[in-house]
Amino acid sequence: MSFQPVKFYQTGTFTVGNRLLAPEERSVQASAKRFNSLNSGHRACQGCGEALGARYAIDAAMEATDGQLVAANATGCLEVFSTPYPETSWQIPWIHSLFGNTAAVATGIAAAIKVKRKKGEQAQDVRVVAQGGDGGTTDIGFGCLSGMFERNDDVLYICYDNQGYMNTGVQRSSATPPAARTATTMAVGPEPGNVFGQGKFVPAIALAHDIPYVATATVADLRDLEAKVRRAMEIRGARYIHILVPCPLGWGTASQETIHMARLAKETGIFPVFEAEHGEIKSVLAIRRQMPVEEYLKPQKRYAHLFGKQPNVAVIARLQAMADRNIKRYGLLGQGER
Amino acid sequence: MLKQTEGSRAVAEAVALCRPEVICAYPISPQTHIVEALGEMVKEGALADCEYINVESEFAAMSVAIGASAAGARSYTATASQGLLFMVEAVYNASGLGLPIVMTVANRAIGAPINIWNDHSDSLSQRDCGWIQLFAETNQEALDLHIQAFKLAEELSMPVMVCMDGFILTHAYERVDMPDQAQVDAYLPPYEPRQVLDPNEPVSIGAMVGPEAFTEVRYLAHAKQMQALERIPQLAAEFRSVFGRDSGGLLRTYMTDDAETVVVAMGSVLGTIKDTVDAMRQPENGGHKIGVLGITSYRPFPLAAVAAALKNCKRFVVLEKSLAVGIGGIVATDVRMAVTGMGLKGFTVIAGLGGRAITVKSLTALFEKATREELDLVTFLDLDWKAVNKQLEREKVRRRSGPVAEALLRDVGVVGARNY
Repeated sequence: MSFQPVKFYQTGTFTVGNRLLAPEERSVQASAKRFNSLNSGHRACQGCGEALGARYAIDAAMEATDGQLVAANATGCLEVFSTPYPETSWQIPWIHSLFGNTAAVATGIAAAIKVKRKKGEQAQDVRVVAQGGDGGTTDIGFGCLSGMFERNDDVLYICYDNQGYMNTGVQRSSATPPAARTATTMAVGPEPGNVFGQGKFVPAIALAHDIPYVATATVADLRDLEAKVRRAMEIRGARYIHILVPCPLGWGTASQETIHMARLAKETGIFPVFEAEHGEIKSVLAIRRQMPVEEYLKPQKRYAHLFGKQPNVAVIARLQAMADRNIKRYGLLGQGER
Repeated sequence: MLKQTEGSRAVAEAVALCRPEVICAYPISPQTHIVEALGEMVKEGALADCEYINVESEFAAMSVAIGASAAGARSYTATASQGLLFMVEAVYNASGLGLPIVMTVANRAIGAPINIWNDHSDSLSQRDCGWIQLFAETNQEALDLHIQAFKLAEELSMPVMVCMDGFILTHAYERVDMPDQAQVDAYLPPYEPRQVLDPNEPVSIGAMVGPEAFTEVRYLAHAKQMQALERIPQLAAEFRSVFGRDSGGLLRTYMTDDAETVVVAMGSVLGTIKDTVDAMRQPENGGHKIGVLGITSYRPFPLAAVAAALKNCKRFVVLEKSLAVGIGGIVATDVRMAVTGMGLKGFTVIAGLGGRAITVKSLTALFEKATREELDLVTFLDLDWKAVNKQLEREKVRRRSGPVAEALLRDVGVVGARNY
C-alpha cells in the first residue's frame, strides 16, 4: 500500500497532520517550492472541489516527473475557469481540444513523445496526464477513455467527478447519483430528482479493463490523493484516478463545506475510496467513523426534496442501501489492506 | 522506380517515405488497405520511428493525430465516408488549432442508405472545415499529392486532405513511379512546429477565445488558404524539379484553348471525360470544340485560375459526384462564382452518386446536349425516371410506403444492377 491513512490524522480529529511527518513525506503543497501548476487567479467558484483536486493532483504529478509533464484537458469547468485567452493558470504545457476526445489526445501526445525519445530528438522523458470532469469522462469521452485503457497507452487519466454538468448549469450526467436534483432531473413530480437504476461507476469499468492502476480519491484526503498520483506516475501504461470533487454550485452546499462533503461521502460509504492494480483492488481507505447517509445528504440543496416536512424515508433508505452495498463490496469497514 | 501496384499500397508507400511519426488507423472501406499497408511496414520495421495506433473510432483517430501533432510529431491518418463524418468535430478542431495533419480521404458516398461506393459527398461535406482539399486524378497523382501535402501542411500549419476516389483509385492496380527516400527527403524537410507542447517552454493550446479576437483567428485561417493558392503551384513546380513529373497544382486544363464547351470535374472521372472529349473532337463525331478543366485544389478554391481557364469558352458543364440537396451542385456553385459577370452559360450535372458508373456513352449524349445548350440547369445523369415516378406514385397512394431505398431496388430488380 502506498499510503498509511491513520498516521496522518491528528488524534481525535480529521485534520491532516502534515507537520507530524518527516519533511520528505510532507505534502507537495506544503513546500514553498510547490509547482503551482494550476496557478492562482483562475475563475473557479469559491470552494471549488475540482480546482482543489486538480491543484494537488497535477502538482503531485509534476513532482513525480520532475516537472516533465504535459496535460490534455477536456472541455468543462476546469478548462473554462483556468484559461480564457490571453490568460492561463497553467504553468505546464496544456492543450484543450474537445469535450469528448481528451483520452485520445493524450494518447497522441504520448505517442509523439515515445517516437521523439526513440529518435533521440528528446533528451528528457515527458509524461502525459489527461483530465476532465465526469461529463467529459463518463459520458461524452467514454469511448476514447475506454480505447486508451484497452490499448494500455501511457497516460494517467484523472476524472474530477462533481456528479453533473456543472459548467453548463448543473445537468445530469451518468455520474449523477439517484435522487439528486439537477436542471434535467428536476425535483418535481412523484419521483423528484435523478432516477434510481441508472448511472455508472467508471472506476469499476476501468478495473474491468485490467489496466495497471485504478484509484479513487476525494478532496477530503489530499495526502491520499497525492500518494495515488505519485504511485500512478511510477507505473507505465494506462492509469485512472477518479476524484470526488464536491461542487458548491451544483450540490447546493456552502463553499466552506467542500472538504467536509467529500469526507462525508467517504465516511458514509457513498463514495468508496480504493486503489487497484491490474484489475485487483489492493487497498481501500477505510471508513473511520461511519455515518448515516442523511448526514451527507442533508446539507446539500440537491437533496432538499428528501427532507421536507415529511422526510422521504423510502428514498433515503435506498440511498443508505447503496452506501451499505459499497461498504460490503469494497470492505470499507475493514483495516484497509486487502 | 516503376511498379505495378494497388492505389492504396502506392499511397501507403508514399506516406511512409514522408517519415510519419504517428499513424492512427481505423478501418473503413475503401480506405482500409492504406492503413493496413502502413501497419505492416511499421510492424516489420520497414517504417521505423513511427507509432502505429489502432484506435477505437475515427473520432479518436483524428484526436490522437491532434495530440501527436501538437506534441510535434508528423501525423497521418486515413478515412472515408461515415468515418469522416464521425470525426468531424475533431476535423474542425485540427484546422482551428493549426495542426498540419495529413489525411487521405478515399472518397465514398454517405448514407443513409448505406453505400460503400465512390462519390465525393464525404469530403465535400467538409468544404468549410478549414482543411486544404486536394483531389487526385490518378494513382500516380494520389501518391505524389501526399508528398506535397505534408510540405504544404507544415509550411502553413494547416491540415491537408488528399482525396482519391474510393475503389476506382484505391483498389486499382496501375503502374506508378515510386520515388526513392532520398528524393522525398530532398523535397520534404523535417517538421518544425509553430507551437508545441514542451515542458521547457510551456504554452496553453486551445483555450477559449471570445468575440474580441475570434474573427481575426478565422480570417487568418482564410488568409492562409489564400496563401496556399500561391504555394500550391509553386510546390508542384518544385516537385517537378525533384521528381521529374507534373503532379498537383491548382487545376489542369485539357483542350481548352479553342473550346466552346468546357467540362469541369474533379478526380478520376477526368480520365473518362478526356476520352469522351477526344472522341467528340473527331471530325466524324461532329468535331465538337470541347475541353476539360480538372480542379485539383478544391479548397482553397482557385477562383481566378478557374475564371482564366474558362475565359474563352461559351458554356461550361460542371460534372460532379456530389449533390447539395435543395440547390443542386456543390462544386458548380463555386465555379459559377468564379465566372461571375463573364456571361457564360453554366450547367450542373450530378453524376456517379454512390458509385454509379459514369460511361462514355452517357457522357457523349450529355455533352452533345450541352453543346446545343439543351441541358437543364441541374441534370441527374442516367436518372431512372421510371423508378422515381413509381416511388412518387406509391407515396401518393399509401401513407406507410416503407423504406424508399428498398422499394426502389424492388422496382429496379437485382438484375437492374447489371446496367451499372
